[in-house]
Amino acid sequence: MKPPPLRSRKLSRPLTLLLGLWLAAGLLGALGTLTGCKQRPDENATGPIVVGAYLSMTGSMATFGESSKRGAVIAVEEANQRGGVLGRKIELVVLDDQGRAEEVGNAVLRLIDVNGAVAIMGEVASTLSLVAGRIAQRRKIPMVSPSSTNTAVTQIGDYVFRVCFLDPFQGYAMAKFAREKLKISRVAILKDVRNDYSLGLADAFEKAFKRLGGSIVGIESYSAGDTEFSAQLTKLKPSLPEGLYVPGYYTEVGGIARQARRLGIKAPLMGGDGWESPELRNIGGADIVGSYYSNHFASDQPTPRATQFIAAYRAKYNEAAPALAALGYDATLAIIDAIRRAGSTHPKAVRDALATTKELDAVTGKLTLDANRNPVKPAVVVRVTEAGEVFEAEVPPE
Amino acid sequence: MMATFFQQLVNGLSIGSVYALIALGYTMVYGVLRLINFAHSEVFMMGAFSGYYSALMLGFDPAHPAEFGLLRAALVLAVSMIACALLGLLIERLAYRPLRSARRLTPLITAIGVSILLQNLGILFFGANPRPFPMIVPETRYEVGGVVLTNIKLLIFAVSAVLMVVLHWLVQKTWTGKAMRAVSVNLSAAKLMGINANKVIAFTFVVGSALAATGGILFGLDQAKIEPLMGVLVGLKAFVAAVLGGIGNTMGAAAGGLLIGVAEQMTAGYLSADYRDAITFAILIGVLLVRPEGLFGSSKIEKV
Repeated sequence: MKPPPLRSRKLSRPLTLLLGLWLAAGLLGALGTLTGCKQRPDENATGPIVVGAYLSMTGSMATFGESSKRGAVIAVEEANQRGGVLGRKIELVVLDDQGRAEEVGNAVLRLIDVNGAVAIMGEVASTLSLVAGRIAQRRKIPMVSPSSTNTAVTQIGDYVFRVCFLDPFQGYAMAKFAREKLKISRVAILKDVRNDYSLGLADAFEKAFKRLGGSIVGIESYSAGDTEFSAQLTKLKPSLPEGLYVPGYYTEVGGIARQARRLGIKAPLMGGDGWESPELRNIGGADIVGSYYSNHFASDQPTPRATQFIAAYRAKYNEAAPALAALGYDATLAIIDAIRRAGSTHPKAVRDALATTKELDAVTGKLTLDANRNPVKPAVVVRVTEAGEVFEAEVPPE
Repeated sequence: MMATFFQQLVNGLSIGSVYALIALGYTMVYGVLRLINFAHSEVFMMGAFSGYYSALMLGFDPAHPAEFGLLRAALVLAVSMIACALLGLLIERLAYRPLRSARRLTPLITAIGVSILLQNLGILFFGANPRPFPMIVPETRYEVGGVVLTNIKLLIFAVSAVLMVVLHWLVQKTWTGKAMRAVSVNLSAAKLMGINANKVIAFTFVVGSALAATGGILFGLDQAKIEPLMGVLVGLKAFVAAVLGGIGNTMGAAAGGLLIGVAEQMTAGYLSADYRDAITFAILIGVLLVRPEGLFGSSKIEKV
């Protein structure tokens, strides 16, 4: 077919116009962002100070986002009841990243550019915090992750902080608890080979347990999604372990407990924060009762600060506070505290104040951030009972 | 040492029995239609979930599992078998029958589609989180010479053995079985002999799906946990079992299931659990290379 030249020329005029408009708009937008960067709308303003949060409010990790948000809301409400900071109220803006890496960037940029956040709080999953952390670092806006435990998160740069302990510490904490509180010396390890988190915990546990004078009598592995563990457990049984360290997720731990008991292994199971879920007891039933795991927080932690938070949480949401809510609270508290100590809402000043956070009275323990922007803080060990998890011990930092 | 070996053997045979029950469904459908019904592993999953819901509806109380009683447990099994039989019938009627005269690749791709559809329906309606399977038969442990057995494992052996014998009788001794075998040999010739091929094929789906439902319930009882994607790997292994035994051969499927179960348990027990799944697929590749017709399959030349 012959192309109609006339019509195409006619069409091209509005197209060029559109293109030009689009380019101009883009240029204006870019200029706007540039000036916005130099002169943040927040400087010397009198309106509320915006603290941004990007969390998974929908999607498969929605419960993580909801818990973290609830904690943050309580922290902001408490600060505002005391008159806010620097004579201004604090406004929490929560944006949904849908738990997806491709949405995280949008959410963080909107918080910084549209909402004018002074500092941002988020995310739970380390993979998402790693994406957001790079943006925050590039835009020089301080970011505090409530509960990303992967070592790499705070290695992004000097604007990225966290308020939870790191994976290797959990392994150490459980080893110390097993040696000193349970007084056991023979432990077998069953780890999830498809999960870096599980391998990291298993490795740290093994090293610490040996250093404390215990022996590892066997190491076996499984893969997330497996349902049959009897081969590994049968193999471990003759080595007569006094404890079984299973640093996996709750999805498999219940089945492992059942199959271990059925094969006649009576030793307690031990694990990490990946165990925290009501499903753990639903699937594990009576067989998981009497096991222990390390966590950031216990919903019956006996410190006054925790008791107060648990009561506030129950009053507002009518349920027991999960660890993620406590960490969401602590991350927000650290930001508010830093703004107050900085005496300014300038991101650089807030960052510098965050870096010198020391002995902050946080829900999950006294919070001090080290030179690598990681907290130096204790872990708790909880015991699984018929009625739920109960606080068993606190393990101080190494 | 011997106790450990026998323990691994018992556990391998138990999981192998479940593979065998599912493999029978694959092999029967392949026998009559020359179709690998990939949706079969999802029928297995649906069997476990219908068991879950029917147990709850019949008043199962997790706090007092012993009060449920064997009668109601049998009822749960029956309900689940009927539900899956209907599901199998539905899949055959809606997804495969319209494609009866299409090329062989078409229903195969449809089967994969139905499988993915059922998985996602499962996630949609049941949620992705694993659920505890109601222990409709309370578990008791026995220890014989250091080897632990449970009544659930014994039940798995017994139910599988009985169903396999019944199936063998059904295929070899009854008129319907004869019709199935006739359809399997030559569909159009069977039709010319006055066999209602559609009815026979539908019946094959009903029987295969009911067996998968039984597998789902037994698997749920044994593992105590069910989830919408539980059928993927188990189904794939059962499929390998069917190929190993000689696809289209019912006795071969049963033997293949037991062999795969024991092979993977021994690999996990004496080599490393990391190779548990790898061994199954290594067997598949080996069989396809060395003896594509399977252990019990006949090596007749197929006209394509």
